[in-house]
Amino acid sequence: MGSNEIIFYLLAAFTLVNGLLAVSTLKIFRAAIHLLFSLIGVAGIYFWLQYDFIAAVQIVVYVGGIVVLIIFSIFLTQQAGIDLPKPPGGRIIFSALAALFGLAFSWLLLSQHTFTATAEPASSTSVAQIGSMMLDVDKTGYALPFEVVSVLLLASMIGCIVIALKSNSEVPSSDASGLKH
Amino acid sequence: MEIGLYQILFVSLSLFFIGVFGFFTRRNLITMLMSVELMLNSVNLNFIAFNKYLWANKLDGVFFTIFIIAIAAAEAAVAIAIIINLYRSHKSIDVESTSELKY
Repeated sequence: MGSNEIIFYLLAAFTLVNGLLAVSTLKIFRAAIHLLFSLIGVAGIYFWLQYDFIAAVQIVVYVGGIVVLIIFSIFLTQQAGIDLPKPPGGRIIFSALAALFGLAFSWLLLSQHTFTATAEPASSTSVAQIGSMMLDVDKTGYALPFEVVSVLLLASMIGCIVIALKSNSEVPSSDASGLKH
Repeated sequence: MEIGLYQILFVSLSLFFIGVFGFFTRRNLITMLMSVELMLNSVNLNFIAFNKYLWANKLDGVFFTIFIIAIAAAEAAVAIAIIINLYRSHKSIDVESTSELKY
């Protein structure tokens, strides 16, 4: 077993153990930190596969963006020092059974399938290549999805502002309905 | 043993079902969102592994991954806006207490 394999198995174990802790710990802040390390482990696997750009995007967007957003929302919505309620044992057992069955079933299907790799030489995955393909308007280019996803980002940004504004204007009415109850 | 496609597929499959397990057991909206993020990551890992080992002459998996990451960021932002809005009106982000959404 060479060092390459050892590094891969270490990264995989790091990712999976942190992912498992992220979904099972009862302290929500620790869950967010375990999620962060799990995402870093996935970025490490991208580095190991030599997709440097995707690994960088993973770290910038997931670790630097989404996890920080989640931590902020935990600060805004949770009281400090209070654990999450422990889920009932029956739910844990049946969820674990469902997940294990799904894992075993999918792995059974996968292991009976043989994949055939292409014989063509590998293309470059440099940032320049990715950038020129992303703005390419040919049949193999990705200019249209690029524009569509930018419209989607704009729409979600406006949506977030609208959701945040709406609750501000409705605070008196929701307070009044709360008093009625 | 040489690391091939199957090892990476096993990692991503396990990560996906860890996310499924968390989605089933958790009742807090933020932790459910974390489980969804784990599942999205396993899908990205799948795309990259297939691109690397089966279609190394193309870049399609890389582009799918980039667009999935962009959409996941938008989804997380909207979800957290909704969660914080829900917390303001209900003082709780437990899924059991969100039944009033339907009225």
